[in-house]
Amino acid sequence: MIAYIIRRLLIAIPVLFGISLIAFFMVRLVPGDTVTAMLGNSYTPEQAEALRAQYGLDEPIITQYILWLTNVLQGDFGFSHFTNTPVLEAILLRLPVTIELALLSVVIAVILAIPLGTIAALKRNSKFDYGASLFGMLGISIPNFWLGTLMILFFSLWAGWFPSGGFVGLYESVWGNLQSMILPAIALGTAVGAVAMRMTRSSMLEVTNQDYIKMARAKGVSSRRLITKHALKNALVPVVTVLGIQTGYLLGGSVVVEQIFGLPGVGQLALQAITNRDYALLQGTILFIASAFVIVNLIVDIIYGFLNPQIRY
Amino acid sequence: MADNILEVRDLKTHFHTNDGVVKAVDGVDLHVEKGEILAIVGESGCGKSVTSQSIMRLIGAKSSEKVSGEILYHGEDLLSKTEKEMRQIRGKDMSMVFQDPMTSLNPAYKVGTQIAEMPIIHEKKDKKSSWKRAIDMLTKVGIPSPEKRASQYPHQFSGGMRQRGVVAMSLACDPDLIIADEPTTALDVTIQAQVLDLLRKLRDDTGTAIMMITHDLGVVAELCDRVAVMYAGKIVEEGTVADIFDNPQHPYTQGLIHSLPKPGSRERLKPIEGQPPNLHNLPEGCRFQDRCPFVMDVCREKQPELVPADKQDHQAACWLMGEEENDGDGRTGESEEPEKTF
Ligand SMILES: Nc1ncnc2c1ncn2[C@@H]1O[C@H](COP(=O)(O)OP(=O)(O)OP(=O)(O)O)[C@@H](O)[C@H]1O
Ligand SMILES: [Mg+2]
Repeated sequence: MIAYIIRRLLIAIPVLFGISLIAFFMVRLVPGDTVTAMLGNSYTPEQAEALRAQYGLDEPIITQYILWLTNVLQGDFGFSHFTNTPVLEAILLRLPVTIELALLSVVIAVILAIPLGTIAALKRNSKFDYGASLFGMLGISIPNFWLGTLMILFFSLWAGWFPSGGFVGLYESVWGNLQSMILPAIALGTAVGAVAMRMTRSSMLEVTNQDYIKMARAKGVSSRRLITKHALKNALVPVVTVLGIQTGYLLGGSVVVEQIFGLPGVGQLALQAITNRDYALLQGTILFIASAFVIVNLIVDIIYGFLNPQIRY
Repeated sequence: MADNILEVRDLKTHFHTNDGVVKAVDGVDLHVEKGEILAIVGESGCGKSVTSQSIMRLIGAKSSEKVSGEILYHGEDLLSKTEKEMRQIRGKDMSMVFQDPMTSLNPAYKVGTQIAEMPIIHEKKDKKSSWKRAIDMLTKVGIPSPEKRASQYPHQFSGGMRQRGVVAMSLACDPDLIIADEPTTALDVTIQAQVLDLLRKLRDDTGTAIMMITHDLGVVAELCDRVAVMYAGKIVEEGTVADIFDNPQHPYTQGLIHSLPKPGSRERLKPIEGQPPNLHNLPEGCRFQDRCPFVMDVCREKQPELVPADKQDHQAACWLMGEEENDGDGRTGESEEPEKTF
């Protein structure tokens, strides 16, 4: 198990290396650069040159990359000129918000998906089943920014149940924090929940047709035990895979949702970094999100092995 | 009759599908005596599995499944029992072994856990003593190093071992009837023989009756005491193994026996011509009429019921039985003329 995790992390190194390469060159494809963004509209070329020299932006791009990578490998992600803090510090400051948002979204997705999908499968072709599949279709096709905006309009502005923006830290007030997080988490988690719900339903349908379920009934197992013990553990295997993949997308979706709800997360930071051509910061956030993706996948594989004993590490 | 564990009377299981009613089981009568091995034979699709699952009430809960008749278990009608009462009977008094051991164990749990579940749910035993029971059961069905095997998952077992595991599970609460639905069909020949030996030994040791569903007449000859022959949802003949093999009365049974290779014989095998009737649209009268070499007018009009043939406990559902009594023309499978037609 430990050896497996280490092996997986080793495999992740070339992936992250590739991402660092792409991140580094992609951010430089955006028109303009750090210096022009900093100086605004009125500056002399001399000023710009001086600043570029100061930040090392006048070096050949390969040299810049190698320099950056060497620093990253030593734990130095560079300095963000706009936030005026080291990149690592800026990210770590925002990271808890994004992690909380992602976790909350996944929890909402799971709470929606597994019971709904299971009941829909058990009451196949019932009104409940049709309702669930309608939810599934809407949940998948409605973009999260639209759902988010709609929820702000309805729950915050019209009904006034939630603040329409503004973030309350977990340490300031747990209740306030939850209030500011719940709508964005729903906006983000609905699509994940919808996909996972459809997966739960079809997987549950397949599992309940298996011989071992018939066998369990012949053993005299109660219907509740049949579902929770005999069927669910098998049915969840593909659901976990789907949840893992979706959680990856969720990290991407959080960029937009954090912006809509004004949450100071890594996603919002990345957007700011783009606007300001804050190269070091942008590279850092991309690397962080990619690493998070790798870790989520690893966690999924570990859960997978727990559900399916045929997988040995 | 007092020693009958199970008595099924006029069991009908009809499936209401989009294409009409499928009369998968349509008037089955049979009984299982204490400690005996009863074979149910018949070709694929004749309703053997549906019969067995209807007896366990595994079929009949959905609105599309209509089960009627009487299923008397120790004289009590299972069809009038609630689902909760049935749950206490299933596994504890009557248990089941399915055809494919590769799929009838749950891949997500240890084999020992799955066996131990039986005493846990039926006898309210704790985990520890149930686990011990699981190991005892694995020992009983001849699985080597049972302590180690109990902690393994089904995919670590071979096919034959899995079926032993399933048998161990079905025996865990000491039932007095095991329904085995083609328990050896999916296994290699040598493993088949081992599993059959095991079943016989268990019956001899524990006195558990076995209802053995099979289409392998070799299995019947080797293992069973009595035979019920099924055709298109009905039992057409019932008797001891010797009755059925040496003196088959129903033309369908005769056909089955003639389609068996005889050791040392170089005669050509004679398969039964034609196809069984469509269960959506059964003919009036006897179901075998279109394939029967002796078909008479009455066969197309009225359905024959099981009546005693040459002796009281050898019954057949065929109008020839009446003929025999009337004109004394003792026709059997051995007579010359029918053989030409098969
Ligand atoms: N749920 C169902 N709905 C409709 N028809 C069904 C259903 N279950 C079984 N049948 C039909 O009932 C008939 C009897 O099926 P059954 O499985 O009992 O056959 P069998 O004698 O066990 O055959 P085999 O030897 O192949 O196992 C078949 O024609 C089958 O198609
Ligand atoms: Mg069958």
